[in-house]
Amino acid sequence: MSRAVVAGPAARRGWRLDLPTLAPFFALGLLILLGAAVNLRFLDPQNLTNVVTRSAFMVVIGVGATFVIAGGGLDLSVGSMSAFVGGLMILAMNAVPTQDMAAAIAVGGAVALGGGALCGLGNGVITTAGRIEPFIVTLGTMGVFRALITYLAQGGALALSSDAMQAALRPIYFGTVLGIPVPVLVFLAVAVIGWVVLNRTPFGRHCVAIGANEDVARYSGVAIGRVRCITYVIQGVCVGVATMLYVPRLSSVTPGSGLLWELQAITAVVIGGTPLRGGAGRIWGTVAGAVILEMVANIMVLSNLVSEYLIGAVQGAIIIIAMLVQRELARRG
Amino acid sequence: MAIEGGFVTAPTCQPVETSHPVLAAESLRKSFGAAPVLIDVSLTLHPGEVHAFIGENGAGKSTLAKLLAGHEQPDQGRILLDGQPVRFPGPSDAERHGIVLVHQELLLAGQMTVAENLFLGREQRRGPFLERTAMRIATAERLTRLGCSVHPDMRVDRLSIADRQMVQIARALLIPHRVVIFDEPTAVLTPAETAALFRVITELKASGAGILFISHRLAEVAAIADRVTVLRDGRHVATHLAADLSQHEMARLMVGREMSALFPDKPQVPTGPVVLEIGGASVPGFVTDAGFSLCRGEMLGFAGLVGAGRTELFEGLLGLRPARIGKLLLDGHPHPLPNPRAAMEAGIGYLTEDRKGKGLLLRHNLAFNLTLAAEHRLHRLPLVDAAREQAALSRALGDFDIRVGRRDALAGQLSGGNQQKLLLAKTMLRRPRILVIDEPTRGIDIGTRAQIYRFIASLAREGVSCVIISSEMQELIGLCHRILVMRAGRVVAELQGEEMTEHNIVVHATGVAEPAA
Repeated sequence: MSRAVVAGPAARRGWRLDLPTLAPFFALGLLILLGAAVNLRFLDPQNLTNVVTRSAFMVVIGVGATFVIAGGGLDLSVGSMSAFVGGLMILAMNAVPTQDMAAAIAVGGAVALGGGALCGLGNGVITTAGRIEPFIVTLGTMGVFRALITYLAQGGALALSSDAMQAALRPIYFGTVLGIPVPVLVFLAVAVIGWVVLNRTPFGRHCVAIGANEDVARYSGVAIGRVRCITYVIQGVCVGVATMLYVPRLSSVTPGSGLLWELQAITAVVIGGTPLRGGAGRIWGTVAGAVILEMVANIMVLSNLVSEYLIGAVQGAIIIIAMLVQRELARRG
Repeated sequence: MAIEGGFVTAPTCQPVETSHPVLAAESLRKSFGAAPVLIDVSLTLHPGEVHAFIGENGAGKSTLAKLLAGHEQPDQGRILLDGQPVRFPGPSDAERHGIVLVHQELLLAGQMTVAENLFLGREQRRGPFLERTAMRIATAERLTRLGCSVHPDMRVDRLSIADRQMVQIARALLIPHRVVIFDEPTAVLTPAETAALFRVITELKASGAGILFISHRLAEVAAIADRVTVLRDGRHVATHLAADLSQHEMARLMVGREMSALFPDKPQVPTGPVVLEIGGASVPGFVTDAGFSLCRGEMLGFAGLVGAGRTELFEGLLGLRPARIGKLLLDGHPHPLPNPRAAMEAGIGYLTEDRKGKGLLLRHNLAFNLTLAAEHRLHRLPLVDAAREQAALSRALGDFDIRVGRRDALAGQLSGGNQQKLLLAKTMLRRPRILVIDEPTRGIDIGTRAQIYRFIASLAREGVSCVIISSEMQELIGLCHRILVMRAGRVVAELQGEEMTEHNIVVHATGVAEPAA
């Protein structure tokens, strides 16, 4: 464009501290200091790498959940969905007859992404076309997906049948590129894409607008149903990506896989500064939130002060504290 | 004016100078952030007096009301009750002293009934149980006194905006009151409802309460007020006995300069082709078999009482609510117009009457709001083009004279008039050929109104067809080539030229030969 200088908002406002956005990162910093104080082994690069790698599932699922929640929705089915999609992925890969690992992995990936997308589409269509509260819809599909994986596994476990295939899959979770674990690269990629889509595309705007005020969006000609439906599809695809990381780790899926992931995902999103009622989405906050959850667990394991059986209690307390802090920041800002 | 027939004349003024003021304020000062909203404003309010506060949008009237009612704290200055300094840390403290505020915004719980809302937080009870019957009876009685006929068991979100306003007024008056502050109470009321409200105000006056009355409608101020104070840019300009001040002088004091004509010259009566023709349009529960036609460059007004189905007709046509439409011709060709997006793509823009609830995202910034409906025009998909967006915002701020301290301000931080201009800019970004404006100047000061009128007229001159839905009869008469009057969901009259008078509109809108008092 010929216009040389356009006074953007950043240029005008100068540098200003955006506390609600930065809060999760401050919290992460504090947590690192706390971890170091509790046990110096916490700062071991190996340990930190491990923590960040383990948080990959939740980051990826959380990015999807950020879309759903920013758009005023909610998805409780992600944990069951990842177990179900993981089961489908394993069955599909076991069904590939050849010894061609690349083909098997491609089939598995396609099934994971496609299956996740379809599950998400189901949630989206029922929510929008059926005009049912997303809480109820995804509570229902949560039960459905969980029962389906239990049925597919006949109550036991579904495992990759060939050792060669297990070995071929392992690098997807355990491998590194330039010293960075593959899951970390994957979640960084997912977060970058998610950030761009949410903040730099009309679709992302429409999402946020629907969450902020559905009437305004409708009167502005936003296709509410379609946009909202797509947020669930995005969530489903993210679940598919997370499953592609999860299956190589254990090479099997059980009816207990992904249990309570939905609550962890919501926790990560809310800690990250996305309001649960929608109308705003903070992708990098979600990333920080997911890492915080994993880091808390790690610190508790490393410390002898608090039993690690209480990890859930501490994570639960964190979401409540996060809400209080956010409200206080919002009031002052 | 025909509506003046509905007003109750104010009883003779008590000699206010000799009585002691019930409420007084000295040198109140208030800033929001760096911007001062109120600068050294003082006032006195005597028992049995109606003291009107007028001023343009952003003059500080609502802020003053909030300070007096404990919703905000003054930065400086003090408030005196019966001559004693008082502080109201919260609204409930002010209410305990008998100072109640009837809000400009509607603050009711939509899913609860009228009676439940009226008594919310001060329920009558017997032991641990609610006295539901007593509360329902009291509700019905109080609403009847306001001339409002809604049933106490109706859910509030099923009520029209005017009825909700009445419920809100009834709720405020439930508190034992010595001072009642009305903030733009008539903005959504019809003349008959306004007359009923004025009867209540007269009763309050007679009972010795002091009334602070904030309004833009100078005719009403002239009819009800004993004294008038004019605020401009947060400062006190003048206080006069209402009898000493003509409406023209009020307007001049508010704007601070001689008012040029409020309404621009009407463009030539259009002879262009019919761009939109509607027949047999029904919106279940609101509109029955309505029809009209609209020419290129025409300004067509829709008059009627609140609840006559004007808004619902157009929301139905645009697919914003379920409707059956018998005939819909766009440029002479049938068009399905099944949803809002298709209507926009067909070149129809709609400015909602509910700018805060349906028009703007108050917690998002100006650029976000401006481009929400027009992204496909503005952006090089798939990404948002921030540079073009900021350029569009610069143009909009200039073209529509949107006054804002910072370009990254939130829409909710703008004054009502600037919000309306932003909404107009947002709608115009799609360059509609047909513009439907619902209540173009509700709650907007005179200066901004004149700007908006000029803008609408210039659109018509450029060949844009405008439909103007308004409860301000002056506005329709001053702007439109033709006025359709709706009553109870039907189009009952078409007025043109000399027939366009307030009297004729009221007669058709109410269905009564003489406007009811």
